[in-house]
Amino acid sequence: MSYTPKRTVKGDVITMAHGSGGKAMRDLIEDVVLGAFYNPELAQLEDQARIDLAELVAQGNRLAMTTDSYVVDPIEFPGGDIGTLAVNGTVNDIAMSGAKPLYLSCGLIIEEGLEIDTLRRILLNMRKAADQAGVQIVTGDTKVVNRGKADKLFINTTGVGVIPEGADISASRAQPGDKVIVNGYVGDHGAVILNARGDLMLEVELETDCQPLNGLVECMREVCPDIHCLRDASRGGVATVLNEFAESSGVAIRLQEADIPVRNEVRGVCEILGLDPLHFANEGKLVAIVPADKAGTVVEAMRQHPAGQGSAIIGEVESGPAGRVTLQTGLGGGRILDMLIGEQLPRIC
Amino acid sequence: MRFVDEFRDPQMAEALLQRIRPLVDKKVQQLGRPLQLMEVCGGHTHAIFRYGLEQLLPDMVELVHGPGCPVCVLPMGRVDDCVAIAEQPDVIFTTFGDAMRVPGSKKSLLQAKAQGADIRMVYSPLDALQLAKKHPEKEVVFFGLGFETTMPSTALTILQAEKEGIDNFSLFCNHITIIPTIKAVLDSPDLHLDGFLGPGHVSMIIGTRPYEFVAQQYQRPMVIAGFEPIDVLQSVWMIMQQLDEGRCEVENQYGRIVPPEGNRQALQAVSQVFELREFFEWRGLGSIDHSGVRMREEYRQWDAEQKFSLPNLKIADPKSCQCGEVLKGVIKPWECKVFGRACTPETPMGALMVSSEGACSAYFTYGKVNQADHIPSEQLA
Repeated sequence: MSYTPKRTVKGDVITMAHGSGGKAMRDLIEDVVLGAFYNPELAQLEDQARIDLAELVAQGNRLAMTTDSYVVDPIEFPGGDIGTLAVNGTVNDIAMSGAKPLYLSCGLIIEEGLEIDTLRRILLNMRKAADQAGVQIVTGDTKVVNRGKADKLFINTTGVGVIPEGADISASRAQPGDKVIVNGYVGDHGAVILNARGDLMLEVELETDCQPLNGLVECMREVCPDIHCLRDASRGGVATVLNEFAESSGVAIRLQEADIPVRNEVRGVCEILGLDPLHFANEGKLVAIVPADKAGTVVEAMRQHPAGQGSAIIGEVESGPAGRVTLQTGLGGGRILDMLIGEQLPRIC
Repeated sequence: MRFVDEFRDPQMAEALLQRIRPLVDKKVQQLGRPLQLMEVCGGHTHAIFRYGLEQLLPDMVELVHGPGCPVCVLPMGRVDDCVAIAEQPDVIFTTFGDAMRVPGSKKSLLQAKAQGADIRMVYSPLDALQLAKKHPEKEVVFFGLGFETTMPSTALTILQAEKEGIDNFSLFCNHITIIPTIKAVLDSPDLHLDGFLGPGHVSMIIGTRPYEFVAQQYQRPMVIAGFEPIDVLQSVWMIMQQLDEGRCEVENQYGRIVPPEGNRQALQAVSQVFELREFFEWRGLGSIDHSGVRMREEYRQWDAEQKFSLPNLKIADPKSCQCGEVLKGVIKPWECKVFGRACTPETPMGALMVSSEGACSAYFTYGKVNQADHIPSEQLA
């Protein structure tokens, strides 16, 4: 659907006037925001999106709703930006319940002085990401704050989706014997952000793994409707998600270090800094726990999907001690894999 | 990954273990007690836990985790001094990340930062000097920390500041030296060590000769060791061979990095900028003669101890905290009264729980003790 703005924004940078509620704000919204996000629902410029209930009910029996704020620094990095993160992060949070994500809101908090071209670029990327994930941005809000009161751009997105009947995915459903699956290389996003800050001056060619996972989850549910646990491994990484599963389910989880896919570049960054890729944030990686007899089929199916080509079984669930995640090293020794303590890296997403 | 995977090769590890086992059996039978080997360096402690090496070695080899973690031996009073400097107006206080969470008597640097002090994490002292150039209106202080490994980079940064005439930069010098520390450990009456894994990266700077006294005066074998699992296992094998053959020598397993004579240029920069202190206070070990360095008089204009008036108080460790006994290997981390309860990596009471190289943190993170029954998990696994 094509859209031609009736107004155009003036100037090169965001000023306090763009958040004042007056003409400048209207110019910004019609030109830059609607210019990127246009859809008939949003174009009404009402204070709220109005969603037909009957359509929702036809797709499932429960609503899934989630919200997330994005404050990543820097706001643009190899393979993505804060906008793609804000769409995919929220889409993925919805998808991890087995739900089909449908609608997003978008709240912008802009620091005055941000270049309008940068904002436009980021919002266009949000639109692209939303199209790719099959969701619509249907409502939003724009605020501008004084210099120093925010850092360039913060984005909040809230997502709504519908959970199909029968889906029962929960962190508390891991059972002894179940297998642990990831959908590809872990730790890319964390390494990209660390490197993009420029303090380390490492010459590494890496891109964020930021991608929507709803398509992949659908594909997994087709071959295994009874996925026990599912979570995207964003902040705190794979280690944190597995500790949450082990704790909620009252089970132990044992991983095989040699089976966990980690890129050489990410390993290199971790070696230099003494960090663990299993604590690094991901923005397009999920951890699933499925019944053992379905694990092979699920991995096969995942590998057919673009977001799951590197899928692998990395460990299994044991009866106890409850809450403990261990890692068998390639050498045959073992160690505890705990959640991240303190901050490994601030403002990763 | 090249130059890494070779040193983590499972077959090589097994081959080494097959050589180590009979030597340990033989020696233990002779002595009628388990063997105690100390790894001096925190980097080794970390590797031992990271790769589960303690479980691979025979049960009768006990690894004692030594004092070579600079963050762990930092006394509380020194952290208080850091906080006092950082809270001055117009100061940017820079530090390596792992010092941020070490508890002071009132607060850590992380807490001072949250309360508004301008404290920044850097990866190198040169980053701190860069900050000083960028902020000529501020005094940028670098918290110099570590053994001989990090001393040269600090010294060279001071020389660079001198060359460029940057006078809004200073060093809060807390560098420490390894040799007096090893002596103090050897002189401790409650220790029965059979051999040492010597520090790898310190030795890259000072070489292997300064350790000769360990073999000659104290008759203990020492092997300078690298930090990969195969390095550690090979070093244990080399110590076992010495014990078996009744030799006491300083040997160098880490020859790919450590030249016997050390790094002359680095040593030259160090002695140009620093001189020995009469004594330096260590957490848990008390005061050790000549174990720290300070800046020479010629460089006083970059010396934070000259620029700021510091509280410089000696603060006793909390009574319940047994870092000292753990550091000397007298007790195991989980035998400390507060381990895993009042003292965890999230709320550390003692510095051994802070750094990833600290023995307590390593036990807690990688071999977490079952807090109900106080049995280390590696024995459960």
